[in-house]
Amino acid sequence: MEDSGDTHTGFQFSNFARNEKLVSRGFPMPGCRKTGTTIAGVVFKDGVVLGADTRATEGDIVADKNCSKIHYLQPNMYCCGAGTAADLEMTTQLMAGQLELHRLNTGRQVPVIAANSMFKQMLFRYQGHIGAALVLGGVDKYGSHIYSIHPHGSTDRLPYTTMGSGSLAAMTVFEERWQPDMELSEAKQLVRDAIAGGVFNDLGSGSNIDLCIITKDGANMLRPYDVANVKGQRVGKYEYQRGVTEVLTKKVRPIEIVSETVRLITGEDMDTA
Amino acid sequence: MAAAVQSSPSVNKASHLDALKPSWLSNEVLTGTSIMAVEFDGGVVVGADSRTSMGSYVSNRVTDKLTRVTDRIYCCRSGSAADTQAIADIVSAQMELLEVTMGEPPRVRVAANTFKEICYNYRDSLMAGIIVAGWDKGIGGQVYTIPLGGMIVRQPVAIGGSGSTYVWGHIDATYKPNMNKQETVDFVKNTLTLALTRDGSSGGVVRVAVITKDGVERQTFLHNELPQFYQG
Repeated sequence: MEDSGDTHTGFQFSNFARNEKLVSRGFPMPGCRKTGTTIAGVVFKDGVVLGADTRATEGDIVADKNCSKIHYLQPNMYCCGAGTAADLEMTTQLMAGQLELHRLNTGRQVPVIAANSMFKQMLFRYQGHIGAALVLGGVDKYGSHIYSIHPHGSTDRLPYTTMGSGSLAAMTVFEERWQPDMELSEAKQLVRDAIAGGVFNDLGSGSNIDLCIITKDGANMLRPYDVANVKGQRVGKYEYQRGVTEVLTKKVRPIEIVSETVRLITGEDMDTA
Repeated sequence: MAAAVQSSPSVNKASHLDALKPSWLSNEVLTGTSIMAVEFDGGVVVGADSRTSMGSYVSNRVTDKLTRVTDRIYCCRSGSAADTQAIADIVSAQMELLEVTMGEPPRVRVAANTFKEICYNYRDSLMAGIIVAGWDKGIGGQVYTIPLGGMIVRQPVAIGGSGSTYVWGHIDATYKPNMNKQETVDFVKNTLTLALTRDGSSGGVVRVAVITKDGVERQTFLHNELPQFYQG
């Protein structure tokens, strides 16, 4: 690519043709960071609670043990992301910018449904090639809303939802315990338990639990809200003590000095050419 | 209705980008839905199940597949959720504009043909089977069905989605012209119940909407409020 000195923002597709050619000639596709994830959101009496784990994976390897998956969109709106880390970062940053411009143009707080429409229209335009699965949550003058947004651009408005590889584990918790008009403390505990379900039962999810509480008075990020699985303290020592190995036989053989000569060596300089 | 579609139906070229998609996102295409619309003397009755699936996972069990296009025109969506939502959003926007320019609510025929135009022109990249139904002051209640290739037909009764294959016989045996409102609602409720009990990818509740000159009357029938048929 020609370097014009400009700082380009947004998506860049210059590697597309290269990768297509590499794969067509039988070379493996260069990998990229995908997040196995548990994310969730619920509506409660006064607003919404969003939750996420903090593990980012690259294949079998945990690439980041404490990454942030709850992204800022507006003071009254946040969204959790699952899928390709790079796509999520770019998509949410782009949307945060677009929503801020929308707020400035209209002079009003942006409604959550507007963000939902913008997300779905963009993801549909890219026909699923942007690997972003989102749980969008926020509070506006129409009430509290949770939307789940799939990479192909379909959306669902629900009172509670989960996404990512740990979504099944988290959903079982919601299906069992969610009820309308919960108190904040109940909702926080419910989302924590749902994400913990993913952290403990899904290999792609792990580490800490982040929460974001949004009410009409604003948003509150709790990061971390809970460290679900603390690394344990080692209790014993596992080194062998001196003398543990039993000496079965012992034999000493003295070295006899027969003669001793001293020879002076004047070597040439080392070849450093 | 499927939440995620791996690739477009006819263009099955494997892209190198498939390797970048997380496996849990790109599940197999599963078009599970039961939708229906019936004309009666005062208007139309539309109905649908409430299941949205991603492969074998039900990603939404309380979906509303009866989507508003105008105050008196609704559409029943089947196929890819992303495709049908996008089309419905585009047509709703166009109809809103048309209502302002023409100074009166758009005809059902116009809305249905707008749907058809999109479904036909983009038939290679879309997976959408849509039933458009509504009431207008010209010809009253009308049902138009737009299956996969983008054809359009007006029918007094239309069914769609994977669940519809199980109930063609029931339709032929039971449907009679000039039913009243309550008979039509019962007919839709019974047909959809038969469809969603036999079709694994349909299920949940049955949503029904009656569209007449007076507006839209919506009903939801929970699982325990559905009629009981042969349970084996």
